[in-house]
Amino acid sequence: MANFEPKIVAFLCNWCSYTGADLAGTSRMKYAHNIRIIRVMCSGRVDPTFVLKSLREGADGVLICGCHPGDCHYHEGNYKCLRRYEFIKQYLTEMGIDKKRIRLDWISASEGKQFAELADAMTEQVAELGPCRVRSIMENVT
Amino acid sequence: MDKENKEKLKLAVYWGAACGGCCVSVLDVHEKLLDIVAAADLVFWPIALDVKYADVQKMPEGHIDVCLFNGAIRNSENELMAVMLRQKSKIMVAYGACAQMGGIPGLGNFHDRKSIFDRVYKDSESTENAEGITPQPKYDVKEGRLDIPAFYNDVKTLRDVVCVDYFIPGCPPQSERLLEVFMAISSGAELPSKESVLGALDKSQCDECKRKKTDNKKVDRFYRPWEIEDDGETCFLEQGVVCMGPATRGGCGVRCIEGNAPCRGCYGPPPDVTDPGAKMMSAIATMIDSNDEEEITEIMASIDDIAGTFYRFSLPSSILRRKLMPEVVEVD
Repeated sequence: MANFEPKIVAFLCNWCSYTGADLAGTSRMKYAHNIRIIRVMCSGRVDPTFVLKSLREGADGVLICGCHPGDCHYHEGNYKCLRRYEFIKQYLTEMGIDKKRIRLDWISASEGKQFAELADAMTEQVAELGPCRVRSIMENVT
Repeated sequence: MDKENKEKLKLAVYWGAACGGCCVSVLDVHEKLLDIVAAADLVFWPIALDVKYADVQKMPEGHIDVCLFNGAIRNSENELMAVMLRQKSKIMVAYGACAQMGGIPGLGNFHDRKSIFDRVYKDSESTENAEGITPQPKYDVKEGRLDIPAFYNDVKTLRDVVCVDYFIPGCPPQSERLLEVFMAISSGAELPSKESVLGALDKSQCDECKRKKTDNKKVDRFYRPWEIEDDGETCFLEQGVVCMGPATRGGCGVRCIEGNAPCRGCYGPPPDVTDPGAKMMSAIATMIDSNDEEEITEIMASIDDIAGTFYRFSLPSSILRRKLMPEVVEVD
């Protein structure tokens, strides 16, 4: 498993986290290439379906980032995301999937460095868990 | 007389992994059954008629006009019959929640064959099975070889094994809806496009539900229905009782809610939703009246069995489809 490169899908909110990730890029910071970013308008837009579908399509981990609590562009989208995140974690656990495969964190528009560190930490966390079996199990009905 | 017979539809009703409720729901049309029999010949219906599999086998392809297949696909017999009936039928209908989404038998996907066999044939309190005998699909005795259907590891939906023309949802489907669909087919009306859901609405249960609803859906604890004194008129969700209404297709006439029981989701997801459980998690999460991680977890913990509640009827057709069992390292 030494060469395992996890695939991580990241849903970043338009107003803070995506801008934060952008800052990491424009500041030429280096971070793990395993993160595949999808921009959403708000972390509150991240439906549990997105997370499940990511795993089903072969992601090894899912990262969700939104504005810091109290800073949401839409006032409380990130709180809704937090509550959904708790449900998804519980559901994944009940389905035999390690809840460490998903992570929610807050990244502001100025936190490019923090985003780069988070990306590295998340990659490391998922790499430790190894490849996610969801896709292969789902495609082989027995 | 001959001419009349020629015009009659040929109808088949078959059960896979089912409880029998769907077959009974066909009888529940009461005296209207006479109208059905006037318009159709029932050529295969194991619950009521003694027609053998071999008789079905002998039917020419496309002999049956409409086949109502209820039940999930749990074993090789279910699949064999689904494939055979598909060949013999012009229209294949997945009838009921089990055929459509896996239904209650689909909860078997929280386990696998090994864990089910271990529980049923070895570990259950009333079992004495010192030799550890479990069912074998083939067994040689001196009279010859015996075979029984093979039990699958996964519960599948009808669509997983054959092409399905229409879906009639419900556990069981409301008999009135079946009658409407049947009368539409027998009158020769133009049929809706393939793979559509018949006998149900495009809107959710909430659209039909007459209980009082406000915008103030804030919950600081969830309750099982027996834990509260239901006032009989306020939205179940607003009272903190998990009701699958928002993520469930209407059309059943909100029978459970009218009977003061929350919706359990048997009519399946509304159009364009593949995973009703995920939608329900999304909806119910927004109702939790807290922004504090610890408190949220606490409120969430008052829902017993999240996966089983939100995917009660739909596990095999959901995105994750089954629980991931721990990897077994074979030592042989």
